[in-house]
Amino acid sequence: MKPFTYERPRTAADAVAAVLRKPGGRFIAGGTNLLDLMKLQVETPGHLVDVQDLGFNKIEPTPDGGLRIGALVTNTVLAADPRIKRDYGVLSRAIVAGASGQLRNKATTAGNLLQRTRCPYFYDTNQPCNKRQPGSGCGAIGGASRGLGLMGVSTSCIATHPSDMAVAMRLLDAKVETIDDVGTVRSIPIADFHQLPGTTPHIETILRPGELITGVELPRPLGGRHVYHKVRDRASYAFALVSVAAVLQRDGSGRVAVGGVAPKPWRVEAAEPLLRRSSESFANSLLSGAAPTEDNHFKLALVERTLAGILHEVRA
Amino acid sequence: MEFSAPSPDNAIDQLKIVGKPTTRIDGPLKTTGSAPYAYERHDVAADQAYGFIVGAAIAKGTIKAIDLREARAAAGVIGTVSTLDYSPLALGPMNTANLFGGAKVEHYHQAIAVVVAETFEQARAAAALVRVDYARSEGEYSLDRAAHTAVSVPPEEGERRAVGDFPSAFAQAAVTIDREYTTPGHSHAMMEPHATIAAWEKGRLTVWTSNQMIGWGKRDLCKAFGLKPNQVRIDSPYIGGGFGGKLFVRSDVMVAALAARVVGRPVKLALHRPLIINNTTHRAATRQRIRIGAERSGKIVAIAHDSISGNLPNGKPERSVQQTTLFYGSANVAVDLRMAQVDLPEANAMRAPGEAPGLMALEIAMDEMAEKLGLDPVVFRIMNDTQVDPTKPDRHFSERNFVECLRTGAERFGWSDRPAKPASRREGRWLIGMGMAGGFRNNQLQPSAARVRLRRDGKIIVETDMTDIGTGSYTIIAQTAAETMGVKLTDVVVVLGDSDFPVSAGSGGQFGAVNSTSGVYAACIKLQSLILERLGFDSADATFVNGKIQVGSRSVTLKEAVQSGELLAEDGIVYAKGYEERAQQSTFAGHFVEVAVDSFTGETHIRRMLAVCDAGRILNPITARSQVIGAMTMGAGAALMEELVVDTRFGFFVNHDLAGYEVPVHADIPHQEVIFLNKVDPWSTPMKAKGVGELGICGVAAAVANAVYNATGVRIRDYPITLDKYLANLPRPD
Amino acid sequence: MNGSGKWRVSRRGVLAGGSASAAMATMLDAQPSHPRRQADIPVYDVSFTVNGEPRTLSLDPRTTLLDTLREHLQLTGTKKGCDHGQCGACTVLVDGFRINSCLSLAVMHEGDRVTTIEGVGSPDHLHAMQRAFVQHDGFQCGYCTPGQICSAVAVLKEIEAGVPSHVTEDLTATCVPSRAEMRERMSGNICRCGAYANISDAMAEVAGVNV
Repeated sequence: MKPFTYERPRTAADAVAAVLRKPGGRFIAGGTNLLDLMKLQVETPGHLVDVQDLGFNKIEPTPDGGLRIGALVTNTVLAADPRIKRDYGVLSRAIVAGASGQLRNKATTAGNLLQRTRCPYFYDTNQPCNKRQPGSGCGAIGGASRGLGLMGVSTSCIATHPSDMAVAMRLLDAKVETIDDVGTVRSIPIADFHQLPGTTPHIETILRPGELITGVELPRPLGGRHVYHKVRDRASYAFALVSVAAVLQRDGSGRVAVGGVAPKPWRVEAAEPLLRRSSESFANSLLSGAAPTEDNHFKLALVERTLAGILHEVRA
Repeated sequence: MEFSAPSPDNAIDQLKIVGKPTTRIDGPLKTTGSAPYAYERHDVAADQAYGFIVGAAIAKGTIKAIDLREARAAAGVIGTVSTLDYSPLALGPMNTANLFGGAKVEHYHQAIAVVVAETFEQARAAAALVRVDYARSEGEYSLDRAAHTAVSVPPEEGERRAVGDFPSAFAQAAVTIDREYTTPGHSHAMMEPHATIAAWEKGRLTVWTSNQMIGWGKRDLCKAFGLKPNQVRIDSPYIGGGFGGKLFVRSDVMVAALAARVVGRPVKLALHRPLIINNTTHRAATRQRIRIGAERSGKIVAIAHDSISGNLPNGKPERSVQQTTLFYGSANVAVDLRMAQVDLPEANAMRAPGEAPGLMALEIAMDEMAEKLGLDPVVFRIMNDTQVDPTKPDRHFSERNFVECLRTGAERFGWSDRPAKPASRREGRWLIGMGMAGGFRNNQLQPSAARVRLRRDGKIIVETDMTDIGTGSYTIIAQTAAETMGVKLTDVVVVLGDSDFPVSAGSGGQFGAVNSTSGVYAACIKLQSLILERLGFDSADATFVNGKIQVGSRSVTLKEAVQSGELLAEDGIVYAKGYEERAQQSTFAGHFVEVAVDSFTGETHIRRMLAVCDAGRILNPITARSQVIGAMTMGAGAALMEELVVDTRFGFFVNHDLAGYEVPVHADIPHQEVIFLNKVDPWSTPMKAKGVGELGICGVAAAVANAVYNATGVRIRDYPITLDKYLANLPRPD
Repeated sequence: MNGSGKWRVSRRGVLAGGSASAAMATMLDAQPSHPRRQADIPVYDVSFTVNGEPRTLSLDPRTTLLDTLREHLQLTGTKKGCDHGQCGACTVLVDGFRINSCLSLAVMHEGDRVTTIEGVGSPDHLHAMQRAFVQHDGFQCGYCTPGQICSAVAVLKEIEAGVPSHVTEDLTATCVPSRAEMRERMSGNICRCGAYANISDAMAEVAGVNV
């Protein structure tokens, strides 16, 4: 871990100013991912701006019947909130499918969205990785890629986004609220928040330098049945091979978003009418254009089968 | 005490304390965080500096230069050590890969430098400033590519690889199978990283480290640093897991010792977790072929087992075939052990080396053969039991109750309820299956010594360099001393892991418990004679009961016996030459598993596990059971998730941390039942016990694999049995 | 230091500027002939309580809560298994919540209430959970054990508080401390010795669960 300086401002304006003022400035909240990567020098911030006092730790109703989740609300608090459990079950279920109780007690809503990939080549600084060190190549392509992506990937990078929570957020059409150094507030649809790698896999989100996430807004509840099925090699405390978030209505309509397959939560709204037909036809449409490796080809079938299981349970 | 014949009745047979369920005497320390592990010794060696190891970034090649200037100039740095400043340190007989010194890189993350600083944070940051210039060499990193170059490893002395005429018998057998199986590399993944505090004082080296085999460690440190035995001390009272990964001193000890000499201060360091998997040793991957020929009745007439593993030059093979010459009766047996050179990190012992991967294959093959014969797999195994060593039919097993393990297990588990036809039982979306396997592991005899003192307060102090790696050594040694000396458990103090104490068997090969307690028993018997001598009692009639020595009507308390000064006895158990050859000492198990497989996703959940173990007398049913359930858990990991993933281009284990190398978590493991037959084996030692800590893993993975087959109808011969391997053939619900 | 008044840099080192960039520049200029350079990185004061005792420390900001406990306060009951949030051996309670102390900077805990295994109970005064671990042999090598026990104590409270888990069937119903719930919630604490089934028994006893 490289040396850094540290401060703990009281207001968002101070925090944004502070992160821009010093070279290598970074926000830190829960720190569960950032510190992990700093120890490996995958991340090397020169200045840490601790945002824990900024007050973004409430969950409040919005005027149009949704909820606004403060950026600092921890995963545990969010998953346990009675309104989330009742009206956004898929979000609660996605959160508790991820990490461990200890990590969820520290990890925040904003930090969860900003998690970096778990690609082993990204984590090992001896290995080539275009995301970590642009232009160094991709170790995963042609290497060990069983856990990596097949949708939205590029010849530069096949990393996946590791978050479970983000998959549910994508399903719910959440909006990410931010503030920048001149006080501009943005509301970014989650679909636009994470960027595909293309030739610039080191750019992962639409955030601009110094832009601070203040919260996430959930639209009014969808009703329906909420399911999150995460498939992994061990029963808990593991990243997804594939995860499927679904909200399904009585009339057969529904939404589905998938984790573990792409650099962002993978959802194709245009495919969703096919849910009424069959899991196969929906999955074929959702996963069209897939670029699997030999190691992760099984994820195509696994997505379809996981969804088939969900439809089977819900429609039984 | 020399042991040369089956043990007659002795003090242990009283079973007042030995054999009783006894909670660990070190439990209150461990559950409160009060037991000190290697890195935590703030109580020793003042002014400790922190070291951080730099690992090689390439798998094979030469280091052209190491630039330490930036690292040395970094804040807080006290000193640096470079591999280029030393010739390779001399290795002990069990090590293969170079541990430190020289320009040659033999494997990824080999230790090549260490930076020492005032704080851990400074040392870690400065280590990242070490610049290394490498010349890479071509290497072979794929066992599959190298397999055809594998050559047979000559048998060890006394080892028989063949009996009868396998080729003819197999060719003429009515029913045969010929299958190939693969097992991946496994990592010990013990929770405590390898860690050492090293200090030099007047040319004498002391290391506080985490090591299973203190005697070996001392021997190897003497060799590496050219020291005499009285110039080296190892202290390892608590070890946060080993599983074979801490049998031999590793780079942490070597570089801590070098660094401490360089900076003139005690240095402490640990292998950081992402370094451990490639820096240390692992269980080798194997490619195995098994051929079984049988009569239609089910009697095996021919069995052959070939295994290929890879290792560095001069490394040892994974002896996956070693149980196959002893486990099932067959007149015609042939095994072949081959090794190929691969340039991955050193393969070496991990819990039940040989049998663990060997039975992963053999016990699937037995399941397949039973199915082909139309026999129940329990019945098939019972039919092929043997009471003699098949390669030397006049040599019997000391005690062998494998059939009883199977019968007891089948009854307790409800085996008769197993779905006869694979993929035929459903509970909603779940496919349910049961599987079983046999377990086998030899009992090894090793000399083991101890020192026992009767203190003036009447307490018995036991000192031996034996280690407790979670096995329960503290407790069973205390039980042994209490039983022999006729005192309460709380009157015994056990001190372990210090190389200044008599050399014990150490912890490995499931030989720790039985041999170390036998050594303590021997020392106690000697202490008894010293006490009687001092009291002038006739030893023949004396008994040691309730803290007293009684001869006829005379009775003296132990405390009274040492009024004039404490007594100290040192002795150990040694085994007469050739004694082990007289009878084959082995341990046996029947493993039973029930799984549920999600018919949509292929996710497997283990629902129940049962092990029935035949391992001689059980010294402490609580700690022995823990050893077995822990081994069953590790076996479940081997079955379903554990795999060192190799990057065959760059030559390293890719998943080199505890997030990437998945081991079972709480949610994976159901209730586990263990039954001990508790059959006394006087052939083993005065304790009449045998090893059990490795038996528990032997066969478990195959039992899981066979259960998955029973559930799904898809046979996977390539571990771990992950869903991607059978998803395409998994029957869906209608 | 800018910002909060309770935060200040203790410039114990030689740098007046007290910033990492200045320190880096100095490092690059340094000659290898001066290997004994002392720390010139900023040090920060932080105060929190550990097991009820107020503690004030001046720390390199890189120091994790885990290393602060183990190296600075010599409370070595909290273990370092992986230092990357992958094993749970470092679990402590902060303001009643269990966290991985390896993935948390000590300087971020100003004013917090930290409880370590030493604060849960001592060899002479075992906590009920510690006693149950001893009784059911819920450990072997003992290295993950303090983390397991801290987690176990917190898990029972989490269930009581209605925090759902991956195996909670009905999110809106009352959480009950079933075996399945406890196993899932304990899954962030790896035990390579494989004492899981015994830990489950220990927790079940403390929770008063029969099945």
